[in-house]
Parts: sequence; structure tokens; C-alpha cells
Amino acid sequence: MMMSKIVRTISNLLLPFILTYGIYVILHGHLTPGGGFQGGAVFASGIALFIVAFGSYNIQKNLKEHHLSILESSGALLFIGLAFGGIAIVFFYNFLVGSPILGHIPPSGSNPGDIWTGGVIPLMSIAVGLKVIAGLSVIVLVMALASSKTEIEE
Amino acid sequence: MIATIFNIPFLAVAALVGIALYIIISQRNLIKLVMGIVILEAGVNLFLITLGYREAGIAPIYTNAPEGVMVLPVPQALTLTSIVIGVAITALMLSMIMLTHRHTGSIDAEKSRRMKG
Amino acid sequence: MRRTTAAIFLGIIIALLIATALLIHPFGYPPSQMDDYIIENAQSETGTNNIVTSVVFDYRGFDTLGEATILFTAVTGVVMLFRKKKEETAK
Repeated sequence: MMMSKIVRTISNLLLPFILTYGIYVILHGHLTPGGGFQGGAVFASGIALFIVAFGSYNIQKNLKEHHLSILESSGALLFIGLAFGGIAIVFFYNFLVGSPILGHIPPSGSNPGDIWTGGVIPLMSIAVGLKVIAGLSVIVLVMALASSKTEIEE
Repeated sequence: MIATIFNIPFLAVAALVGIALYIIISQRNLIKLVMGIVILEAGVNLFLITLGYREAGIAPIYTNAPEGVMVLPVPQALTLTSIVIGVAITALMLSMIMLTHRHTGSIDAEKSRRMKG
Repeated sequence: MRRTTAAIFLGIIIALLIATALLIHPFGYPPSQMDDYIIENAQSETGTNNIVTSVVFDYRGFDTLGEATILFTAVTGVVMLFRKKKEETAK
């Protein structure tokens, strides 16, 4: 059930901008409004536009559900691994504040943001973003496949 | 403590929840029932956000922040979780409606009442 | 009989909702003191500029863990409902 040639061309042109915007909102979650959940929803809406424009049968040949489920499980394991990292003091301890990798402390009050701050929070944002991307894409893909097969059989 | 009629956002929440409860009780079409549950979710999220507003406040972010007091950040964090839970529940309900239509052929709540073999 | 009972209870619930909306605290002056501590000390304790993200991932990380579990369970449920049996074709 592909759509017409104009729709396919425009969605080919728009897709890189939508995916870049989604990854930008995930990575800058500790400076501007956003974070893991919001950026993952933007990315998954780009994938949903692709599924509607090209038909779910053509997308399912390249983007299998098996690989998406591996992506989701790795996101969940990374989140729990980072939570266990500071187990010496307490369960969800932020053990990277003060260390040289991601541990600058910003000056108090209003300031232009520095991206190398935040401790363990940007890494947790990336883990939750992967989980939301894979989860919402699998839901849209499975429902589109199930409804298109019943149309073919009728 | 006295009854004031300037709480217009809270009256909007009461209207949304009341309309949603009336739809859930009185509709027979399954898809319209799901729309009633979605309106109930929206009303609860609006209530959580309007609990934490300070008069003439700015967003609780320190990057290039203007002058002023900040609104409360904790209700906004709870609303994020509630929105994601609403999406998960809507996806599961729509999947069950698709399976019901495939097995019994109608989406009327009165016709698919008893469990058949 | 059943419809009149449902209508009476719906009327009671809507009356209680409107009474709550008129008797709650005035809109714009919340009586909260916990958030003053978080607004003052979030930049030096967690090191971010975005206080909402630090509340979601650091001060209340358990709620985010529970919500990630709910999302995982919902995706598993949707994929399980649309699975075919082994006698049919494909998969």
C-alpha cells in the first residue's frame, strides 16, 4: 500500500532532518528542555512517517523486529548497569560528579551551558532514548503489518 | 480557603474528567470507549501540571535564564511518567480491539459479551 | 433501573469534582517547601542546568526505572498478541 510519487519524494527529503532533530534533543537533555523520552518520541515519529509513506511490507524487509528488540534490551541493560555503578554508597548514586570525564560543576545562577557537565545523567538519557525509539517503532510496525494483511485477505 | 471562582484551570480539569466518565458509561462502540479513556488521561495530566504554578514564574532551567521566581519542577517530572504510561495503555487496548474484530466480526460491546469456545 | 443508578452516581461524582475545584488553594500560590530545597541545591549536587531532568533521573530515579519496565511489558504484550501459529506460513 505505497502512496504516490510526490509523497515518497518529500518523505525521502524530510527524513534526515527529523532524525537529526531527535538525536539533538536526546544529547542536550541536561542543558535545554528535553531528555530521553522526548527525543525518542521525535525519532519514532520519523520512522512512523517512513512506514506510512512506503508501506509496511517494504519496510519490514530491511528493518526486522528481531534487531529492534536487541536494541531495546541493550538500552535497558545499560540503564541498570549505570544505576549499579555507585553501589558503594547508595543505589542510584551519581558517581561521576567531580571526576574529569563528565564532572564539571557549572557556576551558580544563570549561565550559558557547558556540555561536559552532568555526571551520569547524559549517559542515562542515551539509554532511555534507545529504549523508547525501539519500543515505539516496534509497536507501529507490528500494528501496520497486522492490519495490512487482513486487507489483502478480504 | 474561601470558594473562589478564579481557579479556571481546575474547573477545566473537572469538566474534562466529567465528560470522560460520561462517555465511558454510555457508549457501546469500543473505539469510542478508548477515546473516553484517552480524554481521562489528558485531564489527569493537566491537573498535575497546574498544581505547581507560581505567579509570574519562569521555566526551571538555568541556561540563559531571565529574572524571576521558578515554578515547581517535581510535578512536571511526574507528568512525564504519566504520559508514557498512557501511551502504553492505549497501544494495548487498540491491539485487543483488533483481535476482537478478527474473531467475532463486530466492535459492538453488547454482541461480544459471552465467551465462546 | 440500572441507568438511573448510574446517572445518580455520576451526578454525585461531578458535584464533588466541582466542589474540589472551587475549594482548592488559589491558582498561583502553591503551599510547597520541598521544591525550594531542590531549586537551591540542584546545580551544586548534580551538576546540570536542567532541574527537571535532574529530578527525573537523579532525585527520583526509581520512578523512571518503574516506567521503563512498564514500557518494556507493553511492547512485549503487543508483539505477543500478533503472533501466528506454526502451521500457517511465514515467520
